[in-house]
Amino acid sequence: MKQLNLILFTLFLPVCIMAQQRITGKITDSKKRPLQGVNVAIKDSYDGATSGKDGSFSFTTDAKGVQYVTATLLGYANQEQKVFISGTLEVNIIMRNNINDLKVVTITAGSFEASDEGKTTVLKPLDIVTTAGAGADIVNALKTLPGTQQTNDREGLFVRGGTGYETQTYIDGMLVRNPFFSGLPDQPGRGRFSPFLFKGTTFSSGGYSAQYGQGLSSALILESTDLPQRSSYTLGASVIGISGGLEELMKDKKGSYGIEADYTNLGPYLDVLKPKFRFSAKPVIMGGSANFRRKTSNTGMLKFYGYANKTHMGTIRPSLEHPGYEEQFELRNHNVYTNLTYKESLGNDWKFNAGVSYSVNVDKIDLDTLNKSASAKVKNQSELAQVKAMLTKGLGQYSLLRFGGEYQYGVEKAAFNNWPANYVDNYTSGFVESDIYFTPRLVGRFGGRVEYTSRIAKANVAPRVSLAYKLTGLSQVSFAYGDFYQKPEQQYLRFKPDLGYMKATHYIGTYQWVAKNYTLRVEAFYKKYHDLVKTSPDTTTSGTGYAKGIELFWRDRKTIKNTDYWISYSYLDTKRNYLNYPFEVQPDFAAKHTFSLVYKYNIPAISTNLGVTYSFSTGRPYYNPTLPESKFMSEKTMTYNSIGLSASYLTSIRKAFTIFILSVSNAPNFRQVYGYRYSSDKLRREEIVPNIPRFIYLGMFMNFGIDRRQDVINNL
Amino acid sequence: MKRILFSICLLVGLASASMAQSAQYEAVMGRNVAMLDDSTSFNPDKLLEIGNTFERIAAAEKTQWLPFYYASYCYVMSALMQRDNDKVDDLADKAAVNIEQAEAISPKNDEIDCIKSLVATSRIRVDPPSRGMKYGMESAELLVKANQTNQENPRVYLLQGQALFYTPEQFGGSKTEAKKKFEVALQKFSTFKPASSIAPHWGEAYAKGLMAQIK
Repeated sequence: MKQLNLILFTLFLPVCIMAQQRITGKITDSKKRPLQGVNVAIKDSYDGATSGKDGSFSFTTDAKGVQYVTATLLGYANQEQKVFISGTLEVNIIMRNNINDLKVVTITAGSFEASDEGKTTVLKPLDIVTTAGAGADIVNALKTLPGTQQTNDREGLFVRGGTGYETQTYIDGMLVRNPFFSGLPDQPGRGRFSPFLFKGTTFSSGGYSAQYGQGLSSALILESTDLPQRSSYTLGASVIGISGGLEELMKDKKGSYGIEADYTNLGPYLDVLKPKFRFSAKPVIMGGSANFRRKTSNTGMLKFYGYANKTHMGTIRPSLEHPGYEEQFELRNHNVYTNLTYKESLGNDWKFNAGVSYSVNVDKIDLDTLNKSASAKVKNQSELAQVKAMLTKGLGQYSLLRFGGEYQYGVEKAAFNNWPANYVDNYTSGFVESDIYFTPRLVGRFGGRVEYTSRIAKANVAPRVSLAYKLTGLSQVSFAYGDFYQKPEQQYLRFKPDLGYMKATHYIGTYQWVAKNYTLRVEAFYKKYHDLVKTSPDTTTSGTGYAKGIELFWRDRKTIKNTDYWISYSYLDTKRNYLNYPFEVQPDFAAKHTFSLVYKYNIPAISTNLGVTYSFSTGRPYYNPTLPESKFMSEKTMTYNSIGLSASYLTSIRKAFTIFILSVSNAPNFRQVYGYRYSSDKLRREEIVPNIPRFIYLGMFMNFGIDRRQDVINNL
Repeated sequence: MKRILFSICLLVGLASASMAQSAQYEAVMGRNVAMLDDSTSFNPDKLLEIGNTFERIAAAEKTQWLPFYYASYCYVMSALMQRDNDKVDDLADKAAVNIEQAEAISPKNDEIDCIKSLVATSRIRVDPPSRGMKYGMESAELLVKANQTNQENPRVYLLQGQALFYTPEQFGGSKTEAKKKFEVALQKFSTFKPASSIAPHWGEAYAKGLMAQIK
């Protein structure tokens, strides 16, 4: 009988416990705000419910006794609560933010990253292309970010009281010796490389990694794209030239190759625009590039990029020195750039990166005061060969150690008429750096760099430290400190090999708040310059200086429908004593206040994007030699204002994806004066102004996608 | 003897318990799958709720791919129907996690590839200029893969048609091409027999609905 009872009991056990109990409760976050959509369940059963708008839930269950109530919501840590069910039960659960990969702190002091990869990057690669007034030039687009100067009369990116020379450009880790086209006086060349070549752009305005050296102020780190998603042909035509290219994705989808050619001739367009100065040779640019990419394994990638370019241009302008005469400046430039990189995972959390690069740049310049004296011929040639290797070892979940070295062989040749001044430089460096996550919220980057260059025959050691701490899921603070060394510019090092390294020490503090559609950044910095080049009374590296300031960045992609805008403001207090400066003063390339507003408006109904960029900066000092030395650089130019407009329209012509672009730089034709130049007798001066104050560009690009997707769909 | 009897009892008891679980599985799945056949369930909040139910079933039935599949289907449909772009990525992430678990149980499954394709499609909307190319290609490739696994699956043609229907013409979309796909899909639906009452069988009404929008 007993046994029968037992049998019956066992058989009906599942049935016996089927009495239903009601479980209710409320789910909140750690700040007691209700959470909606939380999946609440009795562990290992089907019973449960989803929390409503007020965070409350209610369900019935057959479960009894000791049970676990689970609560899951994406972005929050799973919660499990032990309960004892004997009747109606109330369970209130508090969920905590999950610290997962997305929420782990990253080092951000001093750097702006444009990439598709992170969900919370400040910029997307497309933002660079679509910034009005930038003309799809990377550096021009970056001039809308804090820390940069509106120095449109000089080549390069002027960052935080630094000169254009103090910013270095890297492609896939390799230094680019001549990232800009050679330009005419007061009309700097734009960047050589199209923003479409890169999937990631990091602009560091200071405190950057020990992987990079030889830039006192700033690093522009470009990462080339991987395999294209499909094969395509492109054709472009604009008021200034034509271009064409093809890119072929190999059948096995593990490799691709492409070629591109372009021809630009400003001649016909300049006849319409009427520039301020005549052209003796209207600018003609011819170029071509080739690339090859191959996946060598699941994790390995080999990339080649090669570029060759030829330009010819010249202007004739009234002579300042010799009234009544004209000065001719004619430039011929050849440039070749090649870059071969390889990366692979070696297993065991080791990664290997290596690259070789070779480039050569030749500028031939004819200077002539017409009908007065014989012309002077200047030739400048720089060659750079380099090799770089780096190993990275992952340590635990997030931390890592990286170290490597590079070697550069540079040949700098210059000739004035038949007077050559050539030199060779062997530059070697090694670096080691470790990102250590003390907790997922606190990371430190500790590293250093050792450099030796044969021309100077001295070594330097540059320590770099960064810290970042995540305050909340969206906000963090970062700090960076580091020493940065750079060789003096070639024109000084050429004649005075006993110069030392120039040096800058950076201290940076950043607060950043990044939500999905909003970004706020506030950064304060102090930079101390040592050993800058002096040319008077003698050429030495004994100059000094400092820069300090505060910068703001705000971006909002949501508040106004279909509108995306950002605002940058930079306050800069900088003085330096370098070149022929008699004492520390605010240099002639630095403005105290700089402001930019970038506004993008999208009209989906007619697939059109409109953009407006407004830039403002206060006047820059200029040197007036008629004043006593104590008033050196005491006068300032007028304020700088510029409004760029752009409109792009997407459509398809036959099967080609086509985009029309209209862009206007300085649309209201504001007067822009960058400075003044004086004749040596101090009797005359001329304004430094843009040769073409307002530039209107109209172009179209067609992409004939050999869209495998369509092929495949049509063949089904 | 006692011990043997006890063991038998225990076995019978366990078997009946697990049979109950299995019967419960079919019943609960059937009830929830039926809710997805009802068009009134198709709003983002309701879909999230049904998705959560499937996720709970999946957590309890770790060897069945269908609960994960349906959880993912509900989340991705909720993502596609969201008004608020900010919620899309979270829902798509949730859908992705579930469909990966379904795939781990049932690899090389054309129905699973269809959902993975939908997950990719749902992500495009958050940032079409930056994401359109990448996720559009990914979505299309998954459908090709699904089609290679099973040429008779009507949902593959439906989703291909849907992509053509919603893609703007300048990016390769075409209403007439979409219509052709829907016609194939409807023809395949007419002969399609789901493996069981709870096996994937959605889409016919949706195909007809989209078709009706093409003049």
